Amino acid sequence: MSGYFADVATLARKDLLLELRGRDTLPAMLLFVSAALVIFHFALPSGTGELAGLGLLWVAIVFTALLGLSRVFVAEREQNVLDGLVLAPSDRSAIWFGKALAALAFLALAEVIALPLFALFFSGMDAATVAAVALADIGICAVGVFVAAMSIATRARELLLPVLFLPLAIPVIVGGVGASVTDSPGRYFAFLALYDALFATICWASFEYVVTE
Amino acid sequence: MIRARGLAMRYGPKRIFDGLELDVERGGFVLVTGPNGAGKTTLLRLVAGLVAPTGGEIAVDATRAQLGFLAHEPLVYRELTPLENLDMYGRLYRVAERRERIGMLLERFDLWDARNERTSSFSHGMLQRLALCRVLLHEPELVLLDEPFAGLDSEGSELLDRELASRRGNATFLVATHEPERLAHLSTGSLAFA
Repeated sequence: MSGYFADVATLARKDLLLELRGRDTLPAMLLFVSAALVIFHFALPSGTGELAGLGLLWVAIVFTALLGLSRVFVAEREQNVLDGLVLAPSDRSAIWFGKALAALAFLALAEVIALPLFALFFSGMDAATVAAVALADIGICAVGVFVAAMSIATRARELLLPVLFLPLAIPVIVGGVGASVTDSPGRYFAFLALYDALFATICWASFEYVVTE
Repeated sequence: MIRARGLAMRYGPKRIFDGLELDVERGGFVLVTGPNGAGKTTLLRLVAGLVAPTGGEIAVDATRAQLGFLAHEPLVYRELTPLENLDMYGRLYRVAERRERIGMLLERFDLWDARNERTSSFSHGMLQRLALCRVLLHEPELVLLDEPFAGLDSEGSELLDRELASRRGNATFLVATHEPERLAHLSTGSLAFA
C-alpha cells in the first residue's frame, strides 16, 4: 500500500511541477474567481440578502473548479504522455488519485484568494462555510478528474466535461449552500462527506476502465 | 513470449488486419515490416495492451513492469527535464539504484549535458534518444520498438545499433521498421504486412 501512495505522490508532484513551470492553470483560476466575485458584487442590487451572496459564492467555486478541471489532462493529451502512464506498472487509479490531489491543491489555492474576497465584498465568512467548501472541494476534484479523463478520449471534449460534470456537481451545491445558510449545518456536512466517500470510491475503482480500451 | 491467433483489428469500418498469426519466442528478435498504415503500430499497441483486438486472441507473457514500449511519441513531458521525466518513470517502475541508472543511460545516449534542460527545447533526435532511455530504464524483458531509428542522426543510429546488439538474447524484441536491412543481422524472424 505504501508503494501505491508513493506512486500517487510521484504523479501529483509531477503535476505540481508542470504547473510551476507552465503556470497555465492557477493564474487563470485566480483571475476567474476574482473577476466573478467582483461581477457578482456589482450585479446584485444593493440590499440583496446575505443568502443570495452565499449562493453566488458556490456558483463561483464550481465554475472556477470547472476551469481548472478543463486543464487537468492537457499535457497528457497534447504530448500523448497518457500511454506512458498507463503502461507503467503502478495501479492505474494512482493516475486519478494524483491528478485529483493536484486539482485539489489548485482549487484550494484559488479559494485562499476567493474566500477573503467574498468576505470583503459580501457578508463575511463563517467557519461552517469554510468547512463546507473544504468538503465540497474533495468531491468536486474526485468527480471532475474522472470526467475530465473520460472527455479527453472524445472529439467534443470541451463540451463533454461541463455537460457531464455540472449535473454531478448539483449535490455539492445543495450540500454546500445548505451548510452555508443554515444554523445547524451538521447534516449538510454529513451529506457532503457521504458524497465525497461515495463518488471517490466509484471513481477510484472504475478509473482503469476510463484509460484503457 | 507473444502468441496471437486469428488476430483482427478494425477501426470502425476500416479493417487494419485480419487473421494474423504470430509466435515470438523468449529471446527472439522479430522485425515487423510493411507500408504505412498496414498495421505495424497497431500490432505493437495490441501487444502492449494499449488497445484491445476486435477479433482473435493475443497472449503476452510479460507484465507491464517487464514491458518497454517505444512509441511514435516519446511519452515524456515537455515542461520537464530529462532527469525529471526519467526520475518519474524510475519511481513508477521501482527501478533499483534509480539515479545511477538514469545517469548511466543519459551518458550512454549523449544527453547528460542536456539533463537539466526542458525537453520542449529538444530536437526530434534528442527526444528519440530520451524515449529510448525511458524504454530501457527498467531493463524490460519484452521490448517493443516502433521505428526506433526515426529522427536519429548517424551517431545516434550507431549507438542504437550497438545497444540492440548488446541486448539481443537478453530480452525479446518486436521491432516495427522501414529499415529491416539495418537490423537483419539481429533478426530471428519477421512479419511482413502487405
